[in-house]
Amino acid sequence: MFKGSHKPAFSNDASLQVENHGTAQYPFRLNFYDKPPLYDVTIEDLEICALDRLRILAEIESSAARNRSWEETKSFTMAQCSKYLPLNANSARTDLHSERRKDHLGHFVLRLAFCRSEDLRRRFIKAESTLFRIRFETDDGQERRQFLSSREFRWTAVDNAEKEKYKAELKANYQGFRNEDDKERAFAQENYYKVRWTRVPDLVEKRKVFLKGGWAYVPSRDQSSIAYQEFEDQLGNALQMTAKALPRLDEDNRLLPILNNLSQGFVAGVSSDWVAPSSEGNEDQVRAEMVDELAQKHFPLCMRNLHQNLKKDHHLKHFERLTYGLFLKVLGLSVEEAIIFWRKSFVGSHVKDDKFNKEYKYNIRHSYGLEGRRANYPAKSCQQLLMAESSSYGCPYRNFSPENLQSALLSAYSSQGLTSSDLPEIMQTVSARHYHVACTRVFETTHAKSGVKRGEGVGAGESVTHPNQYATKSMEMEKQRKDSMDVKAEMEMEVDL
Amino acid sequence: MDDLDASSPEVMRTFYRRLYPFKSIFNWLNHQPVPTRLFTHREFSFTLPQDVYLRYNSFNTVEDLKKQVCLLAPTRFEIGPVYTARPKDKKTVRPGAFKPLQRELVFDIDMTDYDSIRTCCKDAAICKRCWGFIAAAVRVLDTSIRDQFGYQHLLWVYSGRRGIHLWISDKEALSLTDEQRRALVNWMMAVQPGKGKEVGKVIARSGTKPLPPCLQFALSELAEVFSDIILNDQDCFGSEEGYDALLHLIPDSKVAENLREKWSTGPYRTSEDKWSDLKNQIKKYPKGTSQRPILTSAMEDIILLYTYPRLDAEVSKHRNHLLKAPFCVHPKTGRVCVPVDPSLIDDFDPEMVPTVGQLLRELDAAGSQNENGMEHHSDWESTSLKPYVDIITKHAQSLMEDVRRGKRETDTTTW
Ligand SMILES: [Zn+2]
Repeated sequence: MFKGSHKPAFSNDASLQVENHGTAQYPFRLNFYDKPPLYDVTIEDLEICALDRLRILAEIESSAARNRSWEETKSFTMAQCSKYLPLNANSARTDLHSERRKDHLGHFVLRLAFCRSEDLRRRFIKAESTLFRIRFETDDGQERRQFLSSREFRWTAVDNAEKEKYKAELKANYQGFRNEDDKERAFAQENYYKVRWTRVPDLVEKRKVFLKGGWAYVPSRDQSSIAYQEFEDQLGNALQMTAKALPRLDEDNRLLPILNNLSQGFVAGVSSDWVAPSSEGNEDQVRAEMVDELAQKHFPLCMRNLHQNLKKDHHLKHFERLTYGLFLKVLGLSVEEAIIFWRKSFVGSHVKDDKFNKEYKYNIRHSYGLEGRRANYPAKSCQQLLMAESSSYGCPYRNFSPENLQSALLSAYSSQGLTSSDLPEIMQTVSARHYHVACTRVFETTHAKSGVKRGEGVGAGESVTHPNQYATKSMEMEKQRKDSMDVKAEMEMEVDL
Repeated sequence: MDDLDASSPEVMRTFYRRLYPFKSIFNWLNHQPVPTRLFTHREFSFTLPQDVYLRYNSFNTVEDLKKQVCLLAPTRFEIGPVYTARPKDKKTVRPGAFKPLQRELVFDIDMTDYDSIRTCCKDAAICKRCWGFIAAAVRVLDTSIRDQFGYQHLLWVYSGRRGIHLWISDKEALSLTDEQRRALVNWMMAVQPGKGKEVGKVIARSGTKPLPPCLQFALSELAEVFSDIILNDQDCFGSEEGYDALLHLIPDSKVAENLREKWSTGPYRTSEDKWSDLKNQIKKYPKGTSQRPILTSAMEDIILLYTYPRLDAEVSKHRNHLLKAPFCVHPKTGRVCVPVDPSLIDDFDPEMVPTVGQLLRELDAAGSQNENGMEHHSDWESTSLKPYVDIITKHAQSLMEDVRRGKRETDTTTW
């Protein structure tokens, strides 16, 4: 039928001639983005296209995080789209070429920005496929058919003989018909396509197709599944290729800051120097269930204190939550993991799931810059904590009474090698108001077994100025120690006994 | 008295050196006579005594693997995925560049998941009778995978104690992503085993709708198994505990009460009697009434619940799951994890599987008969391990034959 050379039957109307020109490059509203934009664009143009698309993708992520239904997600996204990224059907009397060019360009700029880590790629694919799906569902029926026929989906139409052969099996998937006649009629009208089952895993998972010899018999009404899967797979491959090619691209030094900015806007909140080490490979990411152990081994007293309180009370007050949440964010806890962590931590408190979803989840996402004004909130530094003057979330070296501080130190760090004979010196620096020196001394003492000597601080004599600096350094040191050991007892798998 | 203890490194070393069929294992994993990435980039992990666990080993040749195994004499070793780089180089490659690529599609069926049903044995014990559950599961899974997914290279391996593993080596199966593996497993999963004494539940049916077609096929097969194993051999509903579980699965309190009354007060009724009592109760509802299909669905569900394969899904869903290699020795039973021919699964008796001690004695006996006999690597020829090695050798040959043929035809299929 249509093989990319779609020629609409336009009249001689002059305005439609312009549109005809516009749709020649982009014959369809839907786009698989196989061809990169090969035309000159200004930097401003590029940035606008990308930023506007980013708003849409952020809305989609936000919808997922709020557990919006599919219909809600669709309507919220469509609303954002009509504002920032309108994309109309061929029948519309808008400037189709500009719309589709913007869609095309924005997608490719974001590919460059998001190809650089596994995590970014995964999130980008998810958001883009959702956008594709929303557009696919809202597309004009005829245009969608034309779009589908314009592409080589490598599906084989099932002929009548074969359809008859598997009639019983194929019909068994028809449910919700009142009587046999209706069912028979529907079956007679249905067309089937054969594809390898690996191309429609979602249909297989829900047992919505008939499978024979590894071929899935997909009714035409479920063809969209094939298109979605194809879109995802292609985008995944394309991002891998882009990631490989990126270092070799002659990167325009005006482009790079924009790309960085874009991906950061998406990750929102996690500072770029943190993203670099943590996003590579899944093993290094901080997951919710790891926090407890990390706290025992790596956190400075202020954060240990917050962690203990959270465990004890299954709750933290607003500023405590904010302080601890931002600390964990910078530590490498992704927003998804943060939600899991806080939800688990609140189990046993008065906060019910419903309330958690409504209020706390929003706050968590807000602190990750995914809600509200989408600001990149940094974690609180020692300076800020020292000014806080609250015993619950400020600097404990400053705010705790000497007795409380000593017992807090012993209970937190005696397993790490701190003994009561270390206390007099620490308390002396505290009474001289050198709180960060006291904290640094604790770091040195508890990391002596990793080879940290007195006066070395958190590296090269530096003293503690930020809770995250403390924790990061401690984690790095442990990792180095681990890596140098050849025999590891890793028990990350189950084995049959 | 078995003086040859499977937990002794010396016994294991001799076993690996003289009996373990490294060559066939290599052919099975590599599909070709010359090492490819399927072998060189493959993870092997070793479990040493005292639970020391060595991961991310890889080898250039099967000789290197054998050398290392004989040196370490692990209590067992596991086979993992093929990675983008050699696992032994893991530390020197960028973390993001080290990813699992390919892996046989594997399944694990274990007696543990049948503990709430079987009546003959408890805990770690297994006998020929409860093997019937495993045999039924193997038949259903083997047929379904071949018929529905079209895979042909299936290797079933006894796990050494009370379960069975399935390794599928078809090209497409090797390359499945985790997402595709999950989809396949969810297609296969019909039953969620319950915790403790709960029987579990059927997850494949949505509401009161008919079963999906793929399960209707399995059901007709399993109805027979249900009668043989559940009603007769295991007499699952004989005890009060047993029929109580059954009554809990009947979504009609009137029927359930009538039956409870009859079974708790009247004379003893066998499981078979009770099952026909249930049928008779259902027949009291005329056809066309709404209770009738609800109750017949419930009967179908009960059959599935008691006989459908109970899979350990997590094993199958991820490419980077490690699974014990065939022909390892189970440290507790001393039995070798031998391949099993699925067409003879009903005759398989786990208690007849050779132990390492038995094999080494056979070896000694054969050795004294012909001095300076055959080379070490084929010593298994003179032991009762032979028929099992023959299974994997034949299996590997058909895989290699496929690859050879595929190369000649330069693979014309596209999908
Ligand atoms: Zn038994």
